[in-house]
Amino acid sequence: MTESLRKGADVLVIGGGIHGLSTALHLARAGVRVTVLEAEYCGRHASGVNAGGVRTLGRHVEEIPMALASRTLWHGLQDVLGEDGGFVASGQLKLAENEAELQECQRRVEQLRALGFTHEVLIDRQQVQELVPTVAPHVVGGIWVSGDGYAVPYRTVTAFRLAAQRLGVQIFEQTPAQRIERSANHWRVDTPTGVYQAEHLVVTAGAWAGQLAAQVGEPVPVHPEGLMLMVTHRVAPFCTPVLGATGRALSFKQFANGTVVIGGKLVGSVEFSARHGEVQMDRLSTSARTVTDLFPHLRHLGVNRVWAGVEAFTADDIPVIGASGKADRLSYSFGFCGSGFQMGPGTGQRLAQQILGEHSPISLDPFSIGRFAQQAMTLEQPATALIHS
Amino acid sequence: MPTEAPLRAPLFQALASETRSSRRVTLSFNGEPLSVPAGISVAAALLLSGIERFRATPVSESPRAPYCMMGVCFECLVTIDGVPNRQSCLIDVAEGMQVRSQEGARDLPFDMPVVATLEVQP
Amino acid sequence: MTAESVDVVVVGAGPAGMAGASELAGLGMSVVLLDEQGSPGGQIYRGITLAPLSRRDLLGPDYAHGNVLAKALADTSVRHVKEAAVWQVSRDHQVSYLHGGRMHTLQARAVLLATGAMERPFPIPGWTLPGVMTAGAAQILLKSAGAAPTEPVVLAGCGPLLYLLGWQYLRAGVPIKALVDTTHRDDYWRARRHLVSALRAWPYLRKGLQLMRSLRQARIPHFTGATALAVEGSDSAQALSFSVQGKTERIATRCVLLHQGVVPNIQFSQSLRATHAWDPHQLCFSPLQDSWGELDVPGVFVAGDGGGIGGAQAAALQGRLAALGIAARLGTLGAPQRDRRGVGLRQELNDNLRIRPFLDVLYRPRDEHRIPADEVIVCRCEEVTAGQLREFVALGCAGPNQAKSFGRCGMGPCQGRLCGLTVTEVIADARAVPAGEVGYYRIRPPIKPITLGELAGD
Repeated sequence: MTESLRKGADVLVIGGGIHGLSTALHLARAGVRVTVLEAEYCGRHASGVNAGGVRTLGRHVEEIPMALASRTLWHGLQDVLGEDGGFVASGQLKLAENEAELQECQRRVEQLRALGFTHEVLIDRQQVQELVPTVAPHVVGGIWVSGDGYAVPYRTVTAFRLAAQRLGVQIFEQTPAQRIERSANHWRVDTPTGVYQAEHLVVTAGAWAGQLAAQVGEPVPVHPEGLMLMVTHRVAPFCTPVLGATGRALSFKQFANGTVVIGGKLVGSVEFSARHGEVQMDRLSTSARTVTDLFPHLRHLGVNRVWAGVEAFTADDIPVIGASGKADRLSYSFGFCGSGFQMGPGTGQRLAQQILGEHSPISLDPFSIGRFAQQAMTLEQPATALIHS
Repeated sequence: MPTEAPLRAPLFQALASETRSSRRVTLSFNGEPLSVPAGISVAAALLLSGIERFRATPVSESPRAPYCMMGVCFECLVTIDGVPNRQSCLIDVAEGMQVRSQEGARDLPFDMPVVATLEVQP
Repeated sequence: MTAESVDVVVVGAGPAGMAGASELAGLGMSVVLLDEQGSPGGQIYRGITLAPLSRRDLLGPDYAHGNVLAKALADTSVRHVKEAAVWQVSRDHQVSYLHGGRMHTLQARAVLLATGAMERPFPIPGWTLPGVMTAGAAQILLKSAGAAPTEPVVLAGCGPLLYLLGWQYLRAGVPIKALVDTTHRDDYWRARRHLVSALRAWPYLRKGLQLMRSLRQARIPHFTGATALAVEGSDSAQALSFSVQGKTERIATRCVLLHQGVVPNIQFSQSLRATHAWDPHQLCFSPLQDSWGELDVPGVFVAGDGGGIGGAQAAALQGRLAALGIAARLGTLGAPQRDRRGVGLRQELNDNLRIRPFLDVLYRPRDEHRIPADEVIVCRCEEVTAGQLREFVALGCAGPNQAKSFGRCGMGPCQGRLCGLTVTEVIADARAVPAGEVGYYRIRPPIKPITLGELAGD
């Protein structure tokens, strides 16, 4: 229940990742004065350290309209930001390694088709070989999305930041929001370096958003995870599309500089109070094995660095986007479960529309924060580090 | 293979005062056989053999050679017996070793697989 | 992959590691000592157990002392795993390493990091050319292969190790074309306030003076107060140019040996997220530690140059002190016992560290050789220049990690070892803030590369 924002009124955004900066950018384009508060530096966490996948493939059905809208923005990022964030429309391919997996892929494509979505296409072994001649021969087919691709995360976030700043958005880094409170006609945010106020508040604080939502009295079942990624030494080009697998965790892409980034929602561990994701090396072994099964010639390729980013996971694997159910002039965009990078441009545009009271064909109902109130969910303390055994 | 400058004297040589180790091994560098003392690192062996350029950088194809000799600088990277990115200052020479310089981005040996109709259960 | 249990894992078989491991075994603990090399000694005592007598004689009595430590180690129950590349030490004391192409993991109750020092980067124009190496590299060639330059070589920079190498080359009959010394009269003047403590370390001082006298008597061209060092050449080093009292000098040579001090190798301690502080005297980061070498990561200790530069003798003493500290932490020794045993060691350690403030001031590396001009390569692996780094700062990159993400600086195979300090100082200088505020790269495993096949357990 937020009234549309008057031009000239101001907005505070908490969280300088891609969602916060994208929202800020679109608001600023509409003439709104925006201030972004970032606890560390823009792109420090999920937005800046993810695998870079720009993926509509494999999305939760509820996310697809938003993801498709976001993809259009990715293709036109150069015009919006003056820089493309390193986006390459390489296509994304989800491999099926046996007949059972191929049938699962087929069911998925049919399901989407029935809902009116045609972006995912089923392909056969030969088509896979044409797209990725270097992949192991046991692959029988897969799902292909030609308009997907990848970008360079930190570069993209920085491009959003610079574009936002050019439009007058004020960004304060090293400024963590500790306390948010609604006063009579404005929001008040307490930080160690001072108090900020604005008429409208946007919370795009990733894994730390849940704490802020709890302060407003609408706790969300969201918890942090440390998702692991590896990057290799450079190798001569051998794979153009971004790859995933059906029966096992994999996200795999080779960048223009020859390095390969390997992920796939691999869960490490998290030290939440230290704002740090930690790598569990033994779990990475499985991921390495997946890669060498699919590309035997990579067994001698060195892993240069391994890291883990702190990502927010909601109980139903769908993000929270949209207006608060408890307080006026408060909007959220968080809880992207490790899949938020691609959504960034789109959610920022959509959330700005929501704040400005503009119409959009994309419904925010599936992402409503109110959906959790209906379920008897116990709030999981975000300060607890979750260790998966 | 890059054009080699006319061979110059090696930058380094074994001291005269050293009792010459009778044991030597033969290894190859970019296909050329080299006779080197046993018990020394591949990097040292290459330097003693007059090799001044170990690799070309992936970014600008600039020539590089060992800098620190202790495994910290990663400049001495060569391919040894088909395995790339080996720190040659940390690996001792062995008879029959095949050492190759790295030229730009790594090119791992790749064998085009024969497409078979087998299915593999992962 | 099941982890084998052991009381203590020691990483690094230099003086600190050898002495620490021996002491721990002597106190009754099970110890595994992991080291990259095929024989003990670290860098300072590299190859000591394999060196023929003539080589040991050439390198001097300090080097020969390494044999005492190595022999003592061999007599203990320490399991010394050679050619082991440690790629991770975790906060809960798991140590993973690569050995014989296979992954191994140890579960320890305490870890002693004794990974020593490395050469301070020396970013000058042309420093990436073949033919340019560190003085340390030249010593390693001497120690491990009995090899020395064939043609007249130029030694450039400052610090005891440079002069030691010159002295060793003299004894070996290696021609030295010039010693280009960046130490300036002003450095002597500034160092005078530490002269008293230096004099109390007279044996060390005397050794240094004798060294310098030998070099002088050999009439090696010695340029002092040198600035603006640069290596000339297109595909390899051809000459070293520099400036002395406003006059440009140029010395033709195919081999330039650079040195401006050593700095702690902090890859492991950083990867453990131990707190590090900027040392304004040694111009480097070193981990915060208590008087036994324990970091603010419980159960992880540091000894030797890896915790702060102190030299080989100090390293061995710190190794033994850390062993006592570990023993107390693990309950093998009571605190009073530990303290009592440590008294003599601590006294000796202080004696050995007494020369440091003097050396730190006297041989302080020049600002221009730590914070280079725009065109100089800072990150050798990814070929990022100081100028590019300054552009990143102008775009809002406030620290090394942003520079890393923005321009691949520090993301190459060496993972910041050769550029880390330079990047920190260039950013600090560009932002006009202290280096300590800028911080250092976030270091992640694998500390040494591991292949996908090795990780997969092939």
